Amino acid sequence: MPLQPIKFYQTGTFTVGNRLLDESQRTVQANMRRTNSLNSGHRACQGCGEALGARYALDAAMQATKNRLIAANATGCLEVFSTPYPETSWQIPWMHSLFGNAASVATGIAAALKVKGKQDVRVIAQGGDGGTTDIGFACLSGMFERNDDVLYICYDNEAYMNTGVQRSSATPPAARTATTPAAGAHPGNSFGTGKNVPLIAMAHRIPFVATASVANLHDLEAKVNKAMTIHGARYIHIHVPCPLGWGSHPSDTLKVARLAVESGLFPLFEAEHGEITASLRLRKKAPVEAYLKLQRRFSHLFGEKPDRDTIAMIQAIADRNIEKFGLESP
Amino acid sequence: MKKPFAITLDPGSSLANHTGSWRTERPVYVDRLPPCNHACPAGEDIQGWLYHAEGGDYRRAWEALVKHNPFPAIMGRVCYHPCEDACNRGKLDEAVGIHAVERFLGDLAIRRGWLPGKPAGPGAKRVLVVGSGPSGLSCAYHLRLMGHGVVIVDSAKAAGGMMRYGIPKYRLPRDVLDAEISRIESMGVEFRLNSRIDDIMAAMAGFDAAFLAVGAHLARRTDIPAGDASRILDAVCLLHDMEDGPPPMLGRRVVVYGGGNTALDVARTAKRLGALESLIVYRRTKEQMPAHESELNEALQEGILFKWLSTVKAMDEGGVTVEKMVLDETGFPQPTGEFEKMEADSLVLALGQESELGLLKNVPDLEIENGTVKVNSSMMTSHPGIFAGGDMVPSDRTVTSAVGHGKKAAKNIDAWLRNETYIAPEKHEIAGFDKMNTWYYSDAPRTVQPELDIARRGSTFDEVVGGLTGKNALFEARRCLSCGNCFECDNCFGVCPDNAVIKLGPGLRFAFDYDYCKGCGLCAAECPCGAIKMVPESI
Repeated sequence: MPLQPIKFYQTGTFTVGNRLLDESQRTVQANMRRTNSLNSGHRACQGCGEALGARYALDAAMQATKNRLIAANATGCLEVFSTPYPETSWQIPWMHSLFGNAASVATGIAAALKVKGKQDVRVIAQGGDGGTTDIGFACLSGMFERNDDVLYICYDNEAYMNTGVQRSSATPPAARTATTPAAGAHPGNSFGTGKNVPLIAMAHRIPFVATASVANLHDLEAKVNKAMTIHGARYIHIHVPCPLGWGSHPSDTLKVARLAVESGLFPLFEAEHGEITASLRLRKKAPVEAYLKLQRRFSHLFGEKPDRDTIAMIQAIADRNIEKFGLESP
Repeated sequence: MKKPFAITLDPGSSLANHTGSWRTERPVYVDRLPPCNHACPAGEDIQGWLYHAEGGDYRRAWEALVKHNPFPAIMGRVCYHPCEDACNRGKLDEAVGIHAVERFLGDLAIRRGWLPGKPAGPGAKRVLVVGSGPSGLSCAYHLRLMGHGVVIVDSAKAAGGMMRYGIPKYRLPRDVLDAEISRIESMGVEFRLNSRIDDIMAAMAGFDAAFLAVGAHLARRTDIPAGDASRILDAVCLLHDMEDGPPPMLGRRVVVYGGGNTALDVARTAKRLGALESLIVYRRTKEQMPAHESELNEALQEGILFKWLSTVKAMDEGGVTVEKMVLDETGFPQPTGEFEKMEADSLVLALGQESELGLLKNVPDLEIENGTVKVNSSMMTSHPGIFAGGDMVPSDRTVTSAVGHGKKAAKNIDAWLRNETYIAPEKHEIAGFDKMNTWYYSDAPRTVQPELDIARRGSTFDEVVGGLTGKNALFEARRCLSCGNCFECDNCFGVCPDNAVIKLGPGLRFAFDYDYCKGCGLCAAECPCGAIKMVPESI
């Protein structure tokens, strides 16, 4: 029996760190001196995926820029739970203006830094899916189109969670929200609606677009690092489960995020100047049912009489992603 | 400070907001009992020594190992490794090759001449150990480490008991056996070989306690009518002669009667002594055979023949007569009246062993049941101060169980000598597969020990199973999932959305900051090895 080359240590590189790994191979999150850009005491719900994703992304960006970073934030959970006047959890220069203008505020900051000759200070704009795909979309598209030197990060929890779980253009089909109730002939959000902002960002042919997940920290940090090596407009779309809005158990946040990736529903890829350059292979392929079943927003699909047709339609979306993004290629 | 329009408060940190008050459950770090440790009859802390081996610190790994078991090199070869049957990794790909790493560490220690920590000088108490098999040696080793004076008495020429006189060389090379025994001798244990104890009560003079481990060296017989020229031997004597006497003459065709590991040892030994045909006759089926599966497979590979569902009825010059059996509804073999004659030059009986308990004749109120000595949970016989273990007490009669008996007896003898009672620490909850988050472990095949070429094996007593090299031993050790015990992967530190996990630094593990922990349970769910438990908050 041929020996497999020693590729992974005891737990491979899937864990946050590992005592047996060289420091350089561990994540930023494994470092005792990480920035904790989003500090303790914030008011996010138990097991909040967005709070986790924001710290992951900003700690990585802080390390990549040697702590020379300013962030502009859209209205949304991330702003509300982190900064109830007069307290703040942010340990970086941080600015909030309106729901829809985070991209424009960041453009302004970048322009001001340019005028002041502070080219080493980098700018991030961030928001939830509501502030990005709906309300801030025009500002975002403008920032892309002008190729402003900003990294925009969207934390996608697939609805307006802060105001009570209303549908956004990132809400997946069949999901129950306050505005798409599980009632009638086609319960939940309609099929054939919504938009895919990473693909729209690619259509602007900006230097860098990527999707990431809180369930894959190594991949997420690598993408943030790469984005910080590039100047011009960049976009990272991070999938962050919301225990409250999705009706999943707070301790299942990463499991749910992992199943979204492994089912093919949330493909992880990156693109440069409009072309896909890499995608992450599925490690343990899972049926969409495994993902859906953990969330009460899809509970109307199950129960005594499972809605097989709808589940099959969702599976078809996952299968299409797997094919389109080459998630199973050798 | 002058504030801007409509601003009345200074900016503050959210650290003022103690979100720990939201919690209904709190995470706590636990050390659960790994299934391998739970299954080990010798009570080894397997996960514990593998942890050091994973880091390449073989010396510390070996030291952690010999805290519980003085014979890693022997154990890595002859133990049937129930730890590997219990290994959680077996449910992922294949169990960790624990015995292979153990053997690697044992061999390395012999090569480098490592010794366990220097024991304290002998105290006033002296313990007599009767029998130098695995149980007696293990007890002597632990008692010596606790600072007691120990004398081992054995009637054989050399120490080792069944490890020397029962296990063939191709499974346990004698230089390995000698090296691990001499280490115990070098610790100051006195050996009196070639000396037989006929009356334990008389022999106890000058000793404060005794540990009896005389083993089971008497072959169980069955009445087989035999002609004058027929050659019938018993397995125990045959294996004993392999060590101490001239090699037994078995002839070209050898029939072995029995279905245990000893029967396989004899059949494989016969083949190595030049028998053309070595046949095992067993009255039940292959599935019912008590022999261990790995040994059965090795025997089959070597060309040992089997005759299932048969009993030996008689032997004469021409060979043996066997009767065919059938299983009844209860799975018990019943005679059919059909007979068959088979050519054989010799017949070896491997029908089990019994203990020679003559030395106990003058011990008052001793309880003996089915030929074994009854002991209580402290391994003490019904006579105070006389303890017993190994094959002479009810057990599964393996080397590993014997080593475990020795350790357990040593702890109890030590307490008894101080007029105390040994109380074993409470066992942790078992780290079952359901407690693990196996997503984080990558797949890797088990490193298979190179096996001696079958053709070569047939005629020599060279060791059959080879050892690991330094490189693949490290790889194999790192396949350990560290079930139930933190191995500092930083997952809890990373996945907490509230930064409520404090990393204490290398080797110091982690702590929770309950001021901010909201009790979401993500750390427990994402802990790969199940070392975090959620417990309800008291109200």
